Amino acid sequence: MNNLHFTILTASIVAGAAPIVLAALGETISEKAGVINLSLDGSILLGAMVAFATAYHTHSIFLGFLAGAAAGSLVACLVGFFSIYLGLSQVAVGFVLTLTTRDLAYFFGNPYSRIYGPQTGPWPIPVIHDIPILGPIFFQHSIPVYLSMLMIFLCWWYLYRTPMGLCLRAVGENPGAAYARGTNTRNIQMWYTIMGGLMIGLAGATFSLCTKPGWGRPQGAEGTGWIALAIVIFGGWHPVKAALGAYLFAFLQVMGIQLQGLFPTIPAQVFQVAPFPLMIFTLVLTHVAQKGRVYGTTKFPNILRHIMNILSSSAPAALGKPFRPD
Amino acid sequence: MQNFKQSFFNNVLLITGVLCLSTLILLFAGAPPVDAFKHLFLGSLGSWIKFTQVLMAWIPLTLCACGLVYTFRIGLWNIGVEGQVVAGAISATAILRMGVTSGMPELFLVFAFIGGLLGGGLWAVFAGFLKTKGGVNEIFAGLGLNFVAQAITLWLIFGPWKRPGIASMSGTEPFSSEMWLPTLSALRLSPSGLLLTIVALIGTGWVLGRTRLGLALKGIGKNPQAAYLHGLKPDIYMIFAMGLAGGCAGLAGTFQITGVYHRLIPAISSNYGYLALLVVMLANYRVWWTPGIAFFFACLNVGSIQLPMMLQLDSALSGIIQGTLVLGTLFMQAWQVKKKNE
Repeated sequence: MNNLHFTILTASIVAGAAPIVLAALGETISEKAGVINLSLDGSILLGAMVAFATAYHTHSIFLGFLAGAAAGSLVACLVGFFSIYLGLSQVAVGFVLTLTTRDLAYFFGNPYSRIYGPQTGPWPIPVIHDIPILGPIFFQHSIPVYLSMLMIFLCWWYLYRTPMGLCLRAVGENPGAAYARGTNTRNIQMWYTIMGGLMIGLAGATFSLCTKPGWGRPQGAEGTGWIALAIVIFGGWHPVKAALGAYLFAFLQVMGIQLQGLFPTIPAQVFQVAPFPLMIFTLVLTHVAQKGRVYGTTKFPNILRHIMNILSSSAPAALGKPFRPD
Repeated sequence: MQNFKQSFFNNVLLITGVLCLSTLILLFAGAPPVDAFKHLFLGSLGSWIKFTQVLMAWIPLTLCACGLVYTFRIGLWNIGVEGQVVAGAISATAILRMGVTSGMPELFLVFAFIGGLLGGGLWAVFAGFLKTKGGVNEIFAGLGLNFVAQAITLWLIFGPWKRPGIASMSGTEPFSSEMWLPTLSALRLSPSGLLLTIVALIGTGWVLGRTRLGLALKGIGKNPQAAYLHGLKPDIYMIFAMGLAGGCAGLAGTFQITGVYHRLIPAISSNYGYLALLVVMLANYRVWWTPGIAFFFACLNVGSIQLPMMLQLDSALSGIIQGTLVLGTLFMQAWQVKKKNE
């Protein structure tokens, strides 16, 4: 009995984290290339709305996902164009776009509010879904959830095991050197910003067609973008760590409901802001650790040093800084 | 003269562009554009009552914008303004709750504004410390603290400050009317709130344009290294600018409590902090442009309330117009810089 409870709980964490994993991976890709896509909170909503509306009209969930991805990459394209080619502040453009795309989603989504539409059903993977415990946890989900798990591995492999990934990281760390070696840094940054946006759009589609089916104001995906942004930093710009962060958040979400039984006066939403203090804590820790390394004087207790080693990591060196190749 | 003509031409181009785009969006949504614009206008400036509603939205928006001018001047992106509004509102509520049984409502109303100023200011100073001492970018620190402030509000509403009997999203128990900011008898307009905002505006303009402090902020914003060599300490000025910005935002939060909602609600900031960021960007970071643009944005916000009732449209149209205006402005500025360089 207890065992069954555990598997259901864990499976719901894996499923609930799917859109956050996708969004965090997308943002990681784009930040690894040196571009902060601050528009992701609005992009997710726009992706969700477009995906739901498309799936509703065409009766095709696949086309819905495609449309959501297109919406996400279009917004990312705007962020990239304004910041990479016109040299505007990435933060300013991203921030304005996050508000504008959110409003666009609400405005155009109005006729689709609270109506029943298509949604993905579970698709257990043959044979392996029968494995005890692991089967129900990992292999009895819908396709977007499998996609989110697959993407964690794919992103890690692409970033750290392929020449293209090396090029991507080089542009994010030192665009000047990459340029000197003959890389077209602007095009590379633009390309990965769009790819990141595509995954952010997919995250939105996963919300409206899978995790929280349907559209409305509020949809329920509000704030996910900011959480994903925090998770990327908390995960030290590493795809696997970021995904773990997303699962940790989904765990907190599920536990929030459980904890509310224990502390009835604390609303469940309070537990869900945990990623933000954790993000700030990670950044401070990273800063302190780096200072300690530079001066070599600060002594830390062993446990603290272990935590630091796990958490501390540095941002891509050229993150948010425009590079002019002239 | 050439410059003036150029900027006039650009502004006309921008406004026409945004108008065309909004018309297209409306047509795409299957709504009559002329009617929509008419409702936006009549819903904000059609009567004295609507006009006072606009002014009541203009007050917190302009207060936040005033504060943001300080932080933008020193080169900080104070996205945490939203949380600073909330922190100010929470502090003001705390003080008003202490004054409920005191029998001196006017005194506690004044205390509430001082408390709101300090609450918002300290919340911002914390972000400033994280930036200067903790190595946390002010954007990430600010965003994180926004959500923390929001969570504290929810906890207070559902926990220690809940209504007797039931706790709900509708907020805390409303204060008795002696603790409300006085309004004109016929209209819901608060003259003291208006006065406070105008004082804050003039004060900001004076500090930034006429004092050494304003010069120092500008110097550090333009070139932190040179300012440091000149003997200015960027860290201290940054924390100070954050404090000023947070103080203004805290006043806006206090106004939301004492003048508008008369209680603490989950969405106490009404998103005025984020909207004020757009106002200041559109004003190109100049103080004297902010009140006009804030007024226009307040008109859009109040007018768009009519859209769901009259045309079954979502009120988010106002946000689309505001966002595209700012994007268009940013684009034109960047385009000019690019042309000049070539």
